[in-house]
Amino acid sequence: MTTITRAPGRTAAATAPPASVRIMAALERYLTVYKRNWHGSIFSAFILPVLFMISIGIGVGGYIGTIDGWDYLSYIVPGVLASGAFQTAIGESTFPVMGDFKWTRGMHAMRATPLRIFDMIAGWQLYIQIRVFCGAVVFLIISALFGAIHSPWVVVTPLICALLALSTAAPVSAFSAGLDNDSYFSLLFRFVVIPSTLFAGVFFPVSQLQPFFRLLAYASPLWHGVVLCRAAMLGGPTPWPIWIHVTYLVAFSALGLWWADRAYSKRLKD
Amino acid sequence: MTQEPLIFARGLVKKFGEFTAVDGIDLEVAPGEAFGFLGPNGAGKSSTMRMIGCVSSPTAGELRILGLDPDRDGPRIRARLGVCPQLDNLDPDLTVFENLTTYARYFGIPRSEGRRRAQELLEFVQLTEKASSRVDPLSGGMKRRLTIARAMVNEPDLVLLDEPTTGLDPQARHLLWERLFRLKQGGATLVLTTHYMDEAEQLCDRLVVMDAGKIVAEGSPRELIDTYSTREVVELRFGDDAPSAYVEKLAGIGERIDPLPDRLLLYSADGDGAIGEVHRRGLVPSSVLVRRSTLEDVFLILTGRTLVE
Repeated sequence: MTTITRAPGRTAAATAPPASVRIMAALERYLTVYKRNWHGSIFSAFILPVLFMISIGIGVGGYIGTIDGWDYLSYIVPGVLASGAFQTAIGESTFPVMGDFKWTRGMHAMRATPLRIFDMIAGWQLYIQIRVFCGAVVFLIISALFGAIHSPWVVVTPLICALLALSTAAPVSAFSAGLDNDSYFSLLFRFVVIPSTLFAGVFFPVSQLQPFFRLLAYASPLWHGVVLCRAAMLGGPTPWPIWIHVTYLVAFSALGLWWADRAYSKRLKD
Repeated sequence: MTQEPLIFARGLVKKFGEFTAVDGIDLEVAPGEAFGFLGPNGAGKSSTMRMIGCVSSPTAGELRILGLDPDRDGPRIRARLGVCPQLDNLDPDLTVFENLTTYARYFGIPRSEGRRRAQELLEFVQLTEKASSRVDPLSGGMKRRLTIARAMVNEPDLVLLDEPTTGLDPQARHLLWERLFRLKQGGATLVLTTHYMDEAEQLCDRLVVMDAGKIVAEGSPRELIDTYSTREVVELRFGDDAPSAYVEKLAGIGERIDPLPDRLLLYSADGDGAIGEVHRRGLVPSSVLVRRSTLEDVFLILTGRTLVE
């Protein structure tokens, strides 16, 4: 029979572990959970983008000809890559985040330990980065097999996807942390995710849009990710200077992280 | 030399908007003590526990946990606490074993050490055979035991148990009490909230009775009973008649009479003598029970209400 013995009044010099250890502990939890549930993500992360390439890139592209001098498949592959990162980031920042507050209460479990609220957020964002990175690498390998890569700058696209994912996942996590009802997610998908995917430059240049809708496309982090990926994979210029696109995504990320910290704190501190 | 209390609170207040959940309580919990908060739902027990657990800031008053300030040193304090919350928050997708090893990592415990402690703790809570099972299929009692094991994974100085046996069947409750009693024997400092008087009597060296955010009494279970109640209580039932109709007829018997919706409680040092007097007055109860006073009676006397309403 095991007996757990404690010395009364022991004042161990236990201290909170350093930030890097705390963040990695949170990441480890998410990866351990993912190890159990990874099967469900295979279709959306790997198979769906390939189906997109075949059906729209090759099938529809056969009727379209070229855009900006590129065959349609080559034109949309960078967009589909960015769009995959965008959708993974949003998918992982909606139901899983709300569920961790409301259903499993995993956030409350972590909150009772030395982890700080920012550690939980950082661990989750790192987990999303790993998911997005793996998805991007597999997608790029498949794109290469289809002959859709035309510049050595393709190697920076996982970094662009990482930044796009952070700029999307951080604010959406904050949004999800504040919810008690998952019906708001259908609004998010209908009015943000689907319009962004369709109109933020993935399938055609936003210059085709009316000025008002073009402004909405510019506001979407996805458009900035798409044009950066396209420039890297096709070797062409970006519509605006690169630093503006990058700064926009960095600013979105920073604001999103700040909002997430507030939203998580509101939920966990009282 | 007197040891510094693990919990020290003076004038502790917690408000949520206009609502005052905790209304200026004073507390001290010594190392090695098993201390309880007894009170009905909404008494302020869980709000107090959340402040002690450094996940909720006091609105006013002074609070020191393990000699540290929760607002400034929250993570340092939490590194030395073990928390068993009222609502289960185990990871349902992970195995029983992974729930412990993953949690150990939050405290910076190396993986090999986490695995060693997980094995030891699963044996302690009698869940070794379930180590590779997922959490979802476990019974409520098993989940509670796993949550308690998880709370011990960092070898805490102070274990906080918020309603540890609520919702469990009697057998599961007794098994859990037995495990908690062993922890207490091992020297752990336990702080628990409960609205079960038998749980408080079984586990607590000392407790406070809370009602409407205030502490209304403090002492060991025995002291509280001796101070506020009589040695024995007679429970009388009178068929279909309302118990309150008999209060006047029983006046003067025992030290106090409390009519409840279904029965009358007659407090007396001598229960059998009190029953004799009831019969001498020509009253014929449909049922009579003489029992020892409990904390439930203390709570009723102090607040005019029962613990579970």
